[in-house]
Parts: sequence; structure tokens; C-alpha cells
Amino acid sequence: MSAQGRRRFLSRALGAAGLAAAGGLACDPSRPSRGLLGLSERWNEWIERFLFDRSRLAPELPAEAETPPGMFPAYRIGDFYPEAPGGWALTVGGLVARPATLSLDELKRLPRTRLRVRHHCVEGWSAVASWEGVRLSELARLVGADPRARYVEFRSFEEGYYSCWDLESVLHPQTILAYGMDGAPLAPEYGAPLRLYSGVKLGYKMVKYLSVVSFLPMRTGGYWENQGYEWFAGV
Amino acid sequence: MARPVQPLVIRFTHWVNLVTLLVMAGSGLRILAAFPQLGAVSFPYRWYPFQGDPPPGALTVGGWLGGARHLHFAFAWLLVLNAALYLVYFAASGEWRERLFLPWRDARSAWHTVLHDLRLRREPPASVGLYNGAQRLAYTAALALGVLCVLSGLALYKPVQLRVLTAALGGYDAARALHLLALSLLALFTLVHVVQVLLHPRTLLDMTLGGRRGEDGGARP
Repeated sequence: MSAQGRRRFLSRALGAAGLAAAGGLACDPSRPSRGLLGLSERWNEWIERFLFDRSRLAPELPAEAETPPGMFPAYRIGDFYPEAPGGWALTVGGLVARPATLSLDELKRLPRTRLRVRHHCVEGWSAVASWEGVRLSELARLVGADPRARYVEFRSFEEGYYSCWDLESVLHPQTILAYGMDGAPLAPEYGAPLRLYSGVKLGYKMVKYLSVVSFLPMRTGGYWENQGYEWFAGV
Repeated sequence: MARPVQPLVIRFTHWVNLVTLLVMAGSGLRILAAFPQLGAVSFPYRWYPFQGDPPPGALTVGGWLGGARHLHFAFAWLLVLNAALYLVYFAASGEWRERLFLPWRDARSAWHTVLHDLRLRREPPASVGLYNGAQRLAYTAALALGVLCVLSGLALYKPVQLRVLTAALGGYDAARALHLLALSLLALFTLVHVVQVLLHPRTLLDMTLGGRRGEDGGARP
């Protein structure tokens, strides 16, 4: 190689190394919502929303596919499974025409939906249970949700536990407020008395121990999302 | 001017691919570490020998699950765009004739190469143009593995929105196993590839600077 060629090669190599270093600084996995990684999360959300179809259903599975009793993984964010406060009721508010407070019995009198779909955890495992509850779309109709509310926040009575969803996923026919699992009332380790369940989101988006549902014009964060897990998290 | 042994687009995409594949493999292994098992909960795949064994930490990139996922889904775009550039050039330039394994042309040479490498055959295998049959087979297999990685990855990313693809691969958990299998085979390919390059360092120069083709179209000795 000539001296000139060598110089050119060296300067190119140095340039590439510099570019890689700058890219590394903008790609910090400990702060994934910032820099290039944050940019790519927003781009990926656009793709995820583009792919999302409200009429596309997660496949309904046969009873044999169910995870055996007690084997469905149960996660908690605190030291113990929280217990519902006495006189528990669900508050539904925000941008709605008719804010409501619903007891468990009142929720159970609303049209009932059953789902048996695959549960996808962010960690990579999958499991199957059958869930029973009322569709969020039914609830939105009941309270007269304002179409300007593009986001819905779900809050738990467990301190600091919440999440926020895009309206399209909330209104998906397989998104429910579940009070039953595998033919029995929801157990404490799975979110009793009421939890969010859906065929179209990763598990960490499905808030347990629900107490407040708010229809909002802007998105908020969430317990897992604020730690850097992806906000949209559709499947 | 004659086309170099490794044209610019192929050299560029080759090295970009190396970087993106390393990040994809490392972040993918970090994601695997969060649940180092194959098969659904309570239905583990019996054939998988590493149930419950996380991959070595030194091979992982991203530090934690959320960070590794962000890296994985950012670099996936880089990988796919780079692959698209490669494939467009591959098809349009006619380089595919030099590089793709065509059984009627390359099967015999590939078999002779295997025999030669196993010391069962004295004569070296015949090369047609740039590569011998075994090289074409290996490079074509690597391309196929790349396609399998992308398809199984899409099924894992959107198992419901892409439910037809997921079902075609045998379901979510099967797609996860295929994703890891494709990675393992790509790693095996890379290992053999690097050993071959060390045995023939000239090819490293060609892949970096281009090199010049000989009279017969093959690389000059």
C-alpha cells in the first residue's frame, strides 16, 4: 500500500472508531429512554401502532394448553401480596361524561367476557390461564369516555404501582378488567380483587390490585416503565 | 476497471454486519438470561440441554433486561437495513452468481472439499470463480440463518399482531427456540469462518481493501 493509501485508511479507521464511540455514548442501556435508544423506542412505538389492528385477536387456546394450577408465575413489586382495603370499589374518572364508582358486584353484573390466550412476559416465558371479567370497551361506553382521551391510566391500591396504555389497546376486545381466573375468583397473588388483563400487551402492562381507571388526554408513565422498560409493550 | 474481489458494498455491509450481529447476539443473550429456559412455563422442552443455565455474563451486552431489549430493538433496524442494502446489491450486481450455492454447479466441489479437509482425498477441490462449493454452501447457509433469525425474531416481537408468522414457526415458544438455534448455528459458522480466515489471511485484506480479481475471476494468489 502507498503512503497516501495508508494515511487514508488510517484516517478512515479513526473516523469509524470516533463514530462508534459517539454512538456508544448515545446508546446507554442503563438509561434506555434517552439518546439513540430513546429515539428508537419512539420509532418502534410508531411501528407497533402501525401493526396494531383492533380486530386482530390473540388466538383462543384449548383447555389443555392451560398452565397447571399454581404454576402460573406470580410476581409482586413489594415484600408481600397487598390486601384490598375494606369497602373496596373501582373509581373510573378523568375525561368521562359519567364518572363512576363500581363495587365488585356491580362489575360482575356488567356483560361478562372470558379469555384463554397466551400470556407473554417481558422475560421471555409464556403461560396460559383463562380469565373472566368485563371488557374495558364496555366500561368506556358505560362512563361515556371522551374521544379526546387517547390514554388510560390504571392505578393500583398498592403504593406506586400503576401503568398507562394507548386507547386503541384499551378498547381491544381482549382487554378486560378481570375478577376471575381459571374458573375461580382472582387469588391475591394474581391481583385480587380486580386486575387488568389483555391478549395484546406484555405482562408488566397488566396492573394488578386495581383501584382507579382514568381516561387522560396525555400519557403518563408507570411502575415498570419509569425503570426503563418500554412504554408501549404490545405483542 | 475490473471489479475487486470484494466490491465496496459487500465490504461495507460485511463489517457493519459484524458490529450489529455482535450487539444483537450479546443483547439477545442478556434477554435470554432473564428466563434461561425453552418451552412454556410447566412445559419445558426436554431436548434442550441448558434448561435453567443462564448464558455466561461475559457474552452478554446491555447490563439488564430493559436495556438489552432497547439495544436489541434498535440494532435490529441497523441489521435489517444493512441486510437490505446487501441483498439489493447482491441481486442487482449479479454477485449472487459468484456467491450463492447452486447445487448443480457446487455440490460436487463441496463434497470434494469435505473429503479433502478430512484428508480422505488428496487433490484440492476445484474452485469455480471466487469460491469452491463448500464456501458457497457455508455462506448461503449463513444467509438463510440470518433470514431465520429475522423471521423468528419478528414472531417473538409481535406474536399476536404477526400471528400467522408465529403459527407458521410452530408458536411463540417454538419461535424462541428457533431464534436461539439460529444464533447458535451462526456462532458456529462464525467460528469456522474466523479459523479459515486465519488460515488464509489474504481474504481478510480482500474483505477490507477490496483486492483484485485474477484472469479466471478468482482471487489472485
